[in-house]
Parts: sequence; C-alpha cells; structure tokens
Amino acid sequence: MADGVEKVRIDTAGALRDAAITALLAFGLFLPLIGFQTVTNIRNELVLTTRWPLLFSIVAIVGVARLAYSFFFAPWLAQRRLRPVAVTPPAWRGFVGKWFVPFAIGFVIVYPAIVIASLGFGGALKWVDNFGIQILIYVMLGWGLNIVVGLAGLLDLGYVAFYAVGAYAYALLAKEFGFSFWILLPLAGVMSSFWGILLGFPVLRLRGDYLAIVTLAFGEIIRIVLVNWVDLTNGYAGISGIPRPSFFGIPFNADDDGFAATFGLAFSPIYRTIFLYYLILALAFLTAFVTVRLRRLPVGRAWEALREDEIACRSLGINTTNTKLTAFGMGAMFAGFAGSFFAARQGFISPESFTFLESATILSIVVLGGMGSQIGVAIAAIVMIGGTEIMRELDFLKQIFGESFDPTQYRMLLFGFAMVIIMVLRPRGLVSTRDPSVFLKERKAISADLVKEGHG
Amino acid sequence: MEVFLQQLINGITLGSIYGLIAIGYTMVFGIIGMVNFAHGDVFMVAAFVALVAFLILTTWLGVSSIAVALFIVLIVAMLFTSLVNWIIERLAYRPLRGSFRLAPLISAIGMSIFLSNFVQVSQGPRNKAIPPMVQGEFVLFTQNDYAVTLSFKQLIIWGVTAVLLVCFWYLVAKTRLGRAQRACEQDQKMAALVGVNVDQTISMTFVIAAALAAVAGTMYLMYYGVVSFSDGFVPGVKAFTAAVLGGIGSLPGAVIGGLLIGLIETMWSAYFSIDYKDVAAFSVLAITLIFLPQGLFGRPDVEKV
Repeated sequence: MADGVEKVRIDTAGALRDAAITALLAFGLFLPLIGFQTVTNIRNELVLTTRWPLLFSIVAIVGVARLAYSFFFAPWLAQRRLRPVAVTPPAWRGFVGKWFVPFAIGFVIVYPAIVIASLGFGGALKWVDNFGIQILIYVMLGWGLNIVVGLAGLLDLGYVAFYAVGAYAYALLAKEFGFSFWILLPLAGVMSSFWGILLGFPVLRLRGDYLAIVTLAFGEIIRIVLVNWVDLTNGYAGISGIPRPSFFGIPFNADDDGFAATFGLAFSPIYRTIFLYYLILALAFLTAFVTVRLRRLPVGRAWEALREDEIACRSLGINTTNTKLTAFGMGAMFAGFAGSFFAARQGFISPESFTFLESATILSIVVLGGMGSQIGVAIAAIVMIGGTEIMRELDFLKQIFGESFDPTQYRMLLFGFAMVIIMVLRPRGLVSTRDPSVFLKERKAISADLVKEGHG
Repeated sequence: MEVFLQQLINGITLGSIYGLIAIGYTMVFGIIGMVNFAHGDVFMVAAFVALVAFLILTTWLGVSSIAVALFIVLIVAMLFTSLVNWIIERLAYRPLRGSFRLAPLISAIGMSIFLSNFVQVSQGPRNKAIPPMVQGEFVLFTQNDYAVTLSFKQLIIWGVTAVLLVCFWYLVAKTRLGRAQRACEQDQKMAALVGVNVDQTISMTFVIAAALAAVAGTMYLMYYGVVSFSDGFVPGVKAFTAAVLGGIGSLPGAVIGGLLIGLIETMWSAYFSIDYKDVAAFSVLAITLIFLPQGLFGRPDVEKV
C-alpha cells in the first residue's frame, strides 16, 4: 500500500485449472492434424503416421504458457492497470518523436555502405537485396495503398492487381519494343492509374467490407486473365529475360562499356543491387513526399474528410465520385511504379507473384502500421517483411531441432499469427495517433479514440 | 439438352456445397457484421480432418461399411471443426469486438493465412488423394449416345444437405438458441438487456457455421477425392459470393445463392470456357454488389445519420 499500488493476488488453483483446460483444448485442437500425418507411401497410397511426441510437447508448451500467463503476465497487467496513468509523457518520447524521422532517413541512405563496410562485397549482396530492396518495395506499396485505405478510407483488397499491371506493362513493352526503364516507369504508372480509375468507377457506391470483396474479385480476375491469356502473358510460365535498368544508359555488366569498366572498378554484381536499392528508395520517398504534399491540397483534405464522414462530405459539396477516383488512381499509380521496378529487378515475372496473399500482405502492413501513418506503415513493413525474411537466416535452429527442420516453412505461418496477435494487442495499429494537416495555433496529435475510419 | 441436364445435376451438387459454406458467412455477418475471411480455410481444415478420420477408420480400424464410415467421419469432422472455430472466435475475434471495423477483418485474414499454412506445414504441401469412397451411379436416360447420370455421391450430397438444412432451419426458427441469435442480430444491447447471453450466442453461431462448413468439407472430400492446403480460398470466396448474391444476412438467400453460383459455374464451364470459370463467379459477385447490393433476399441497408 506504500505508493498506492496494490499487490495483485494470484489464484493458484484457478491458474492450474485454466492451464489444464487450455492444454486439453490444445490436445483436441491439434490431435487430428498434428497427432496424425497423411503420407503417400511407395505404392502411392495415402497412409497415416503418428507423431505423438510432437503432439504432446506442443500440448505441454501450451499448458505451461497458459500457466506462465496467469502467474506472471496477468498480475503484471493488473498491476499496470492499478498504477496511476502519467499525465505528461516522459521527456524521451518528445526527443525520439522529433529525431526519429531524420535519423531513419539518414540510416536508410547510408545502409548499403554500412552493410558493405561490415560484411564485404560478397556478404552484403544478400542484405541489400533481400532486406533492403525487398522491404523498401513493401514500404512503397504500403505508402501507395495508404493513400487509398489510410487517407481516403476505401478498403482495397485487390491492390496487387495494379502492381501486376505495372509489372506486365514494363515487361511486355520493354521486351517487345525495347523501351528503356526510364520511359516505361511513368508509362506503367499511367497505365496502372488508368486501370485503377476503370475498376474504381463501378464500385464507388460500395462501402467498407463490400468494397473490399469486390476489389478482391477484380484482383483475382486480373490474375486469372494473366494465367490464361497465354498469347500475351505466357501464362504460368511467366515472362523471363526482362531487360534490366541501366545506369543512365550504362549497363551493369562485365563488358568494356559496362558500369564497372566505365568507372574503373572491378566487376561485381553488387553495383546493380546498390543502384536498385537507391532507385526504390527514391521511388518510396517520392511516394511519401507526394502523399505529404497532397494532404495539404484540397484533394487530400477531401480524402480525409471522406474517410471521416462521407455524408457530411457530400452535404458540404465535395464531389465524392471524383475524390474517390483520384484516390484510387493515385494509389494505383504508385503500385504501377513499384510493379515496373519489381519486373526490372527480378528480370522474371509470373502470375504467382500477384496472388491474393500479396494484397493481404500490403493491406495488413497498412492496417498494422496504423492507417494513415507513414512512419507506422514503414515500421510495419520492416517488422512483417523483415521478420519473414529473417526466417530464412535461422539455419542454426537446425542444430537444435535436427537437420530436417526448415525454418523457411514457418514464415507464412508466423506471418499470419503475427497479424492476429498485433491486431488483438493493438487494434488501431502500431502508430495510432493522427497527425492533423489543419490546426489552430498548435499542432496536437489526435488520439486514436477520437477517430473512426474504414467505413466509407 | 442432355448436356444441360447433366450440368444441372453437377451444378446443384456443387451449389449444395457452396450453400453450406455460405450459411456460415451469412450467419456470422448477420450477427457481428464481419466478413469471416477465415471461413473458407475452416472448410479446408474440415476436409483434412475428414481425410484423417476416414483413413483411421478404413486403414486402421478396418471399417468396411462405407455408410458407417461416412457417418462417423461426418460427426468427427463436425465436432472437431466446431472446436476449432470456437477457439478461433475466442482468440482472434472476441477481443476485437467493439473495436474499429477493419480490425476483425485483418485478424480474420491473418487467421486464414495461419490456417492454410498450418495445414501445409503439418500435413505437407502435396495434394492428398484417396480412392473413391462411393462408386456407382444411376443412368437417368441416354440420348445421342450421351448418358445423363446421377451418381450415388451426388445423391448423398443432395440428401445430406437437405437433411441438414431442415435441422438448421428448425434450430434457427424454433429453438431458444435460434431466437437468441435472431435477437442479437437485430440489437445486441437490447438482447443483452432482456437476458440473452450475447457472447455465448455469438460463440454458438461460430460453432454452427463451422459444423456446416465441416459437412461441406466432408462432402467435398467425398466428391472430389482430393484435397490440398490451398483448397480453402477459392471455395471460400465463391461461397461468400453466394451469400452476397442471396442477400447477406438471409439464410434461405445463402442456400439459393449457393445453388445459383454452382449452376453458373458449371454452365459456364460447359458452354464457354473452363479456364475462366472463376472469372464468371467473381464477375457475378461484382455485378451483384454494384447493381443489387442487398442481394436477392436481403433487406436494403438503410443509412441513418
């Protein structure tokens, strides 16, 4: 009772009972699919094998975890609830809030140099490519979708369709007509934007979940067309040998007029990777910059007004049709840029890269980041994509679980699990406060409790 | 004519399966206003449970009577899938009740990814094929050397679906639970005030939805004889289409929507292009939502300011 904090009592019998019930439920839950495994034998018949040790260890882990929850986590939560809430945030918060963005921008600019300095050319390739470029693509896609979902409040589950349009536009035009990357980048953006408006037009009357499902349907239709229109897209086999972007006309190869030779360097594949890294970084910054500026323009204000209340918006004389279409078109344009970058980076594209799972990933990045918050989206992309990429690097786990253990298998499993957990713990995303674009005298963050979104 | 009749039979069979899944979407949407994205994957999990149960019965226990085996498999799949969906609701959706609207949807998408990958990791990525459970067919008539047949498994699907729909209708229309469900659908706060246990009712809704999806999963396994971890998504979206077409929130609408989607899909495959059969279903979804957002049997959504 010393400082007003009460000691929380732990109910041991209750905790044990809860743990037993949880373990029992886990046993029931995992019995059919972990206890038994269906395997195809030599005669090509499906037979069953059992995995009792695995089943019982999982059940035991679940039970112990529940016990730990009631003994440690629940009291901690209860204690935290009893503690008086600090009215003024601690001083370090303001400091971090002020310096985080400049520091993060500085870091991503020098990131390749840091990696090369610490790992050398050979080791750095993977870190710049798999982590740097891969994450930045999703950051850019997240920022693009953020315009549609976060600012305009239109729930779009088919965003990957525009990414696909950009990628195929670049791949086909570059292969057929030999146009350069710099011509096709804006062209791909324009084409995606056109498709965004085209698909956006019929669905404008829909709201919320319905809009999400129709955009999902459009996304799937585009994918199925890509699979089946073999004459144009080569179907499942995909398009390979897509021309790579050059350094303002200087190709990245080992020839005498290649990048390395021109600048008097020893040839290494990493120059192209670093170039691509800065390219996607520039594209991502462009997306962020355009979004920030658009929020101050009438159209951006109209988007945010639309998100908060469509009816109020309409009664104030805002043309909701045009407002929604510009959001769709703008979001799709950035997806098109990202798509053409993706095609140029991979050199190969197939419909496999544009499944619904991609749309779900991008949307989840936007929502997990806290809709409308650019920093939140970037952090979510780093956590979700970087997290799944890091699963590829966990080979040391083989020493614990045996040679047959393959951590990469569990990437998407953990990805889905993380989505659920983050939503349950922080339903409004990682960064849930709003940054107002119009304010009186003093800029204040708007608490998440005061805003509603995603209903229009 | 003969091709048309055959496709009609096939379409009704497929439509019955979609209808059973669609009821789950429509019930959950009706009661908590959420698109349960993971429902298609719950259906796929059910098919896997049915597969495991069927293998245990036939290869280990040596049950030779297919009728007995099928009955037990159905019961096991229903029980287990109900448990799964009950736990999912408790863990992933209940904490988000009353939160902002997108949160449960994202949670459900995460759950959908989790379930399909869980099955992939635990059971392996390959297609699981079993020898045909039920063989034999009636030849209805033959015309121009084309025999129109009604196979036993199609008959079983029709029969099981019909029986279950009657049970389900009784449950919703006549029992205390059904009344509680309808009350929660109209006004949760008011229902709670008059003594309905809202949380429990919502849990039971998920359980019933899962049980019907389990029947659909078992029937799917019996009909096609093959299942894989990725089989949840497309039937799930099509069943959702069926629910929307019938008018989301309307139970008879879900069944009729399911039959319509099944028929559209089989007819499209027969007369146009089998490659684009999914496009047909998705286009129906888009067209319905654009021109008839309340569906065939749904109540129009009145917006109050």
